[in-house]
Amino acid sequence: MPRSLLANYPRQTDRFDEMLAENGQLRPSWKAFFDHLDSATPAQMRHQRDFVRRRILENGVTYNVYADPKGADRPWELDPLPLILSQQEWSGIAAAVTQRARLFNALLGDLYGEQRLLRDGNLPAALVYGHNGFLWPCQGMRPPDDIWLHLYAADLARSPDGQWWVIADRTQAPSGAGYALENRLIVSRLFPEKFRELGVRHLAGFFAALQEGLAHWASKDEDGGAPLVVLLTPGPYNETYFEHAYLARYLGYPLVEGQDLTVRDDRVYLKTLTGLRRVHAILRRLDDDFCDPLELRGDSALGVPGLLQAARAGTVLVANALGSGVLESAALPGFLPGICEKLLGESLAMPSVGTWWCGEPTALEFVIEHLDRLVIKGAYPSQRLEPVFGSELRGAARAEMIERLKARPTAYVAQELVRFSQAPSWSAPHERRLIPRGIALRVYVAATPQGYRVMPGGLTRVTSATQTRFISMQRGGSSKDAWVLSDEPAGAFSLIKPPIGRADLVRSGSNLSSRVVENLFWFGRYAERCEDMARLLRAGLSRLVDASADEDLAALRSAYETGRVLQLLPAVAGKTPGRREIETQLLTALCAPEWGDGLAGDIRRLLWVGAQVRERFSLDNWHALNRLQHQLQAYAKAKPSLGEAMSFIDQMLLASSALAGFAMDDMTRDDGWRFLIIGRRLERLVFLANAIAAFLRLDSARQPGCLEWLLELADSIITYRSRYMAQPELLPAIDLIVFDDANPHAVIFQVANLVRYVDRLQRELPHPGGESECQALRAALERLRQFDLHCSALRDPEACAACGNCPDLAELLDTIAQDASRLSDRLAMRYFTHVGDVGRPTLAA
Amino acid sequence: MDIARYHVIHETRYDYESPVSLSRQLLHLTPRACPWQRSIAHEIVIAPTPGVDRVRVDSFGNPVRQFAIEAPHGSLLVRAESRIEVRSRRLDATAFAAPEWESVRDRLAYGVLPVELEASIYLFESPYTRVKREFAAYAAPSFTPGRPLLDAVRDLMQRVFRDFRYDAGATTVATPVLTVLEQRRGVCQDFAHLMISCLRSLGLSARYVSGYLLTRPPPGKPRLVGADASHAWLSVFCPDVSGGIWVDFDPTNNVLPDREHITVAWGRDFGDVSPLRGVILGGDAHQPEVAVTVLPYEEE
Repeated sequence: MPRSLLANYPRQTDRFDEMLAENGQLRPSWKAFFDHLDSATPAQMRHQRDFVRRRILENGVTYNVYADPKGADRPWELDPLPLILSQQEWSGIAAAVTQRARLFNALLGDLYGEQRLLRDGNLPAALVYGHNGFLWPCQGMRPPDDIWLHLYAADLARSPDGQWWVIADRTQAPSGAGYALENRLIVSRLFPEKFRELGVRHLAGFFAALQEGLAHWASKDEDGGAPLVVLLTPGPYNETYFEHAYLARYLGYPLVEGQDLTVRDDRVYLKTLTGLRRVHAILRRLDDDFCDPLELRGDSALGVPGLLQAARAGTVLVANALGSGVLESAALPGFLPGICEKLLGESLAMPSVGTWWCGEPTALEFVIEHLDRLVIKGAYPSQRLEPVFGSELRGAARAEMIERLKARPTAYVAQELVRFSQAPSWSAPHERRLIPRGIALRVYVAATPQGYRVMPGGLTRVTSATQTRFISMQRGGSSKDAWVLSDEPAGAFSLIKPPIGRADLVRSGSNLSSRVVENLFWFGRYAERCEDMARLLRAGLSRLVDASADEDLAALRSAYETGRVLQLLPAVAGKTPGRREIETQLLTALCAPEWGDGLAGDIRRLLWVGAQVRERFSLDNWHALNRLQHQLQAYAKAKPSLGEAMSFIDQMLLASSALAGFAMDDMTRDDGWRFLIIGRRLERLVFLANAIAAFLRLDSARQPGCLEWLLELADSIITYRSRYMAQPELLPAIDLIVFDDANPHAVIFQVANLVRYVDRLQRELPHPGGESECQALRAALERLRQFDLHCSALRDPEACAACGNCPDLAELLDTIAQDASRLSDRLAMRYFTHVGDVGRPTLAA
Repeated sequence: MDIARYHVIHETRYDYESPVSLSRQLLHLTPRACPWQRSIAHEIVIAPTPGVDRVRVDSFGNPVRQFAIEAPHGSLLVRAESRIEVRSRRLDATAFAAPEWESVRDRLAYGVLPVELEASIYLFESPYTRVKREFAAYAAPSFTPGRPLLDAVRDLMQRVFRDFRYDAGATTVATPVLTVLEQRRGVCQDFAHLMISCLRSLGLSARYVSGYLLTRPPPGKPRLVGADASHAWLSVFCPDVSGGIWVDFDPTNNVLPDREHITVAWGRDFGDVSPLRGVILGGDAHQPEVAVTVLPYEEE
């Protein structure tokens, strides 16, 4: 029997331990889970940690950290062990946080209404009029049923005596609910039996409640159709973009950026492929002052001009209401007990951490006197002031801080230091050990027609080993799942909803925004471009690895020359390049910065475009993309060896075929999919047509052994061998990769499919006065079909020069490549014109 | 005569190099009613005719016209025409003898009842103004202990007029007010923002006023149509027995605005009351042509 995990778990008396009672015994709610842990072998523990790490990477759960040298995305940190809360404890938290949501809702109603609290002196005007989150243009607006807060979050911490305190409030666009959900999915899979036995309460009902509330208060169409709710994000550079995409997918809301929306006639519309679609509610993750460059921050390119007027006119629900950020102030908590009495006639159920706003002379005196045990913060988020710990201020620094406080007292707040409670985490360096870490709990509340409803659980944030005094995901803190136990069996939640009728059935993706469609098109093109480039490089590199026969050198040269003509490979000055020179050029084209990062650069662009439309892909598809990203990071370096390069290309092609498989098998055949496939076919057509034309013009085209690589390039070598069982010859090879309409890598296959998909697109998305976009390609298809395949020139190298048919084929391929490029431009003009179409502010005096 | 009457024409024209497909504009071009000012007639003509077009009152009590043109257009003309009556509001000398500026500051502090809510709106930082020690320091020589508020503000105005140079090329709308303080040049908006920053940094309430000023053509020359411009100054809150009054100061001209200043709107700063603020789609580079004419009735 190994030693109990408790033997090495340090007890601290100066803080509350979530797992252990004062007498060192396990708390009842932790007993069953702890016993389960204690019985686990080191191997099982390692497996659990690895499982979490792998899921996080594969799901691409990230938290973007600005200015992080390691790149924009950093994996989300999740500790496998949940925080466990008993039902009794939870009911107290739930009641208090619900009250706080009601209180803040009423507070917003007063601040943007009659301002009784300011008039009567319950709240200093400085904290409202001096707060840049108080949006003057929203003064006098009233949301439906006076619901300002649809989603609210409170950060809670527990003091040594076991009392919970509110340490911060999130009233604007609370983040983290999506991470809480993701944590739950991973951790519940890690401990499935315990999760079920303990009756851990589910989170799904909370999100259903949020959806129900938004649908209820969304503005309605005259015909009573289902409201369109969208999730508004600042975009992929936001630190919690992963969560926006994740929530949008989970809630079934289109993920939109400001430029996807437009206001016409005081109504908000989504720019979709099929035209403008009315938007009835916006769940926003964009800070409110960025939401409308006309009436709010004029320098915001992220917002929707005219949104405020639409909200004012009541044609769209904005959740949370614009202006709700004013409540995010470190100074506000000090005034809440009085405000709660006044607005709700109740006493505040859960205290906030001790707060002194220096704008009050007595508070300022107190703060200066007790600076050692306080932390100084800015009263307004716009100050971007890092918390200053009074105990760390010595001598001149201390005097200077006191000077600052006195000079502008209204801008500063002092708070008591919170000694976080602690909960066990797995210790990474040890085989089998628990270590205590400070925790804070973010709890979420959603508005429903039946009142505010709390998410049973939440996001548990964990202090990092070095930073124990505050918790910040930006500074390397970690997170945990939170389990709320229940005595009742954990049944499925039930929210009474009318059943979906025939009229509600949704078949087509009619909410596809033009931006999404454009990105899908480019995703298709980049995916194919990476694949083509990888095949070209492999064709060359593999001929460097083995053999030294002249035949191989000739093949290598012809592959290299073709790539050079296509400008995919760098040129060698002067003479005919030898093996060494070609190797250098191929490796350069793999990832060298002076060659635009080569293939690695294309992969990066593919990943970037993929990130823009993340919510359109299945989880497995994400996994493939994420693996590709990790492989890229692992392999791509300035000077890879030949072996590394080959291995990377193989991985790349594997991932690429997975992506192609997802595209064919995993995505709904809507217009978005059609654009993705059109992108792929177009890119492949341009590449193949150009490559084959260039090849045919080489002197080596008819040399023995030079055809094999071309068949590899078109992924057709296996087919060729199974058909002819012989060394490749020009006529059958060209037949296979140009004219065989059953070969998905043949030129004719691309042309025929493009014609088919573009025609279908135009039938579904008719354009007034638009003639067919692919007349030229249709003509090309006809010419390909009628091309004289019996031309002897392809069979007999001697007759070639006299015949003149082959130059014809190369020319035909040139024309086809040009037509394809033109089609790309025309599709872009017709369907993608909105992207990058950002309103510009104007001012005149 | 104690009353002046004016005919004001404020015309703004955008000629775009390529068509604008969507334009939204927010206008502060309608003179607000004040105890000393009455509108006789007012009209705003917009070409092309907007789709959505509405009039409302903003959170500071100013009339706002808000419109959208949702069809492609190559130019935009906004012509505001007002006939307006302005009465004298000259203060008598006693107003400059009391109250002391510190008592006004203390009256506006938190915890003092009743709360001067209207004045509190203009007490804090705003996008174009700052509350900083630098501004308090610049203002300090004018705000000596015990000095009556309005006397001190008048002194500050005179100093700004003396220390700062009017230089239309020195600043843009985006120039921070701290830069204006450092380089000591700017235009009327800068001087208004500067003085407001000084007063708010001392704990006093000051608001930004946008409007027009009657100009005088050179002796013997006729008044040129369209040669004027919109103007800006500030207003300071001064409590009195009946609640409080707002007193205007024009640091650009070193005068106390009277019958020759026409008030259009006020707010915390320029951003709240920009005459024309808009967002357009398309249009490329464009500079509006603005022509303002302030015509006294007797010259019509």
